Amino acid sequence: MFRLRNVAIVGVGHSKFGNRFDVRIDELAREAVSEALKDANLSAKEMEFLVVGCAGGWSAESLPAVLCSEYCGTLPKGSMRVEAACATSSAAVAVAYNFVASGYVDLALALGVEKMYESPTPVQIELIGRAGNYFWEFENFGMTFPGYYALHATGYMWKYGLKEEDLAEIAVKNHYYATMNPKAQFRKKITVDTVMQSRYIAWPLKLLDCCPLTDGSTALILANESIAKKITDTPVWISGIGASTGTGNLSKRDMFLKLEYSGLESAVDAAKQAYKRAGIDYNNAAKYIDVACVHDCFTIAELMAYEDLGFCKRGEGLKLVREKQTYNGGLIPVNIDGGLKAKGHPIGATGGSMMYSLTKQLRQEYGKLAGREAQATIRNGRALAHNIGGTGHYAYVTILSLEKPHK
Amino acid sequence: MSDLGEIVKKSIKEKGLPLIEEAKTKLPLYVSVRELPLRFQFGTAKIQKFFEGLKEGKVYMTQCKKCGEKFFPPQADCPKCRESDMDWIPLRGEGELLTCTMIIVKPSTYAHYDNYVVAIAQMKEGVKVLAWLKIDDPRKIKPKMKVRLTTVEREPEGFITYGFVPI
Repeated sequence: MFRLRNVAIVGVGHSKFGNRFDVRIDELAREAVSEALKDANLSAKEMEFLVVGCAGGWSAESLPAVLCSEYCGTLPKGSMRVEAACATSSAAVAVAYNFVASGYVDLALALGVEKMYESPTPVQIELIGRAGNYFWEFENFGMTFPGYYALHATGYMWKYGLKEEDLAEIAVKNHYYATMNPKAQFRKKITVDTVMQSRYIAWPLKLLDCCPLTDGSTALILANESIAKKITDTPVWISGIGASTGTGNLSKRDMFLKLEYSGLESAVDAAKQAYKRAGIDYNNAAKYIDVACVHDCFTIAELMAYEDLGFCKRGEGLKLVREKQTYNGGLIPVNIDGGLKAKGHPIGATGGSMMYSLTKQLRQEYGKLAGREAQATIRNGRALAHNIGGTGHYAYVTILSLEKPHK
Repeated sequence: MSDLGEIVKKSIKEKGLPLIEEAKTKLPLYVSVRELPLRFQFGTAKIQKFFEGLKEGKVYMTQCKKCGEKFFPPQADCPKCRESDMDWIPLRGEGELLTCTMIIVKPSTYAHYDNYVVAIAQMKEGVKVLAWLKIDDPRKIKPKMKVRLTTVEREPEGFITYGFVPI
């Protein structure tokens, strides 16, 4: 049987996230690519394929992969743009991974880039709101992204007695860790009161339950085993990728109806696939993983992720929040780089940003970037990125590990 | 013409270029002279009965004659058994609320509406429906509340759609 080759992340780069009115899309991409090439001590010319995650729609350039290839110096190597909504850059990593794992190339660059602020905020809200089943959710009913997740939040409140203050605790944690991350969009501590006093966007979600709109870029260099060993003493291996797709229309999902489903079926499916490949027990997943970045586009989304990923049982995510078990030092540190919530959520660069943080965590370099308090203790040598596109439309779970997957 | 459109005109008149200073950061921005109006059109031939139904005050679902799978939104083709033979069944309208939200920050094309409540209800027939819930005070919304699905005229445009009212 044909076996995939081992693939490692050997270089990572991350632009400053935020309003990046100072740069065009290709200039923004270059910031992350330059850092990743420097990290791997490679040149752009050595890259054999460029996979560009860019959701687009709000920015002027229709062919970002071409512009970025040219500006970052990988021309004339093959390139493509990949889209999986907010999971776009995890999808780009999955493509680049398979290019290397299959032996098609030995070195591939997975770039994530998004320039959201090229359009005014109401236009961004409109375009993100259309990311569902257009006619049946947007055309007649004007759904927004906070609106979709508010439907999840209300469902959870009705089932498990979740309070708005519980959600606020998640925002407080992620803002706290973003203060330490120099790449983060928001670097200001907040309190439960600040969240509770912020205005409603889509009841029961308030402004500070929501991640911001963000410009940003990330770059990951993926290499096969022999190259990886030449480049670095600490290759971070991709030991499992799981991907799953949910229904376009939220009303077709079972989770609102059944008690056993309060989350995203696609995320559960993706997690189980990734865990199987990486040798992780779903029912005891937190024990295997040192640190996780989960898709907290809204506070409720982080809570759902705890349960979808098997960190706790259904309905017990609340307990993790109330006991502060997802702070560094708890059962499992989650989003201790600030998460989407406070670090920012440049749609096509978010999964890459998670893997940037996790690679540095596994190499025990994150403390150098953000301070010792934000460096997780690495016991198992395993980290997890959970990246959701749409409201569970696309789910990607990626496991990174210090141990080589195939001996 | 959008606000940005006015800004473009003014900047060109004053400086010969559509260059502005971004309000917060004071960074220079070039505002595109080209504004693209987007209005999509999509085919309804296969589910035309749904729209005919709306005109008669009915909200239709479909059910696969072969495997019995029910669909709302209605669809003409069954992905389970790959057949395309559907029964068109009007929903009686009785449903139970599963979740809801009130949209306060609206998309640009919804800016002219008051805040609206979007709900998902489980219908007696077994399908779930997402639509607006007309309610004077959202604090009256209760889990599993009984609601009725009816066709409604959406003002100010006057087109027919469907929505929930509390029973």
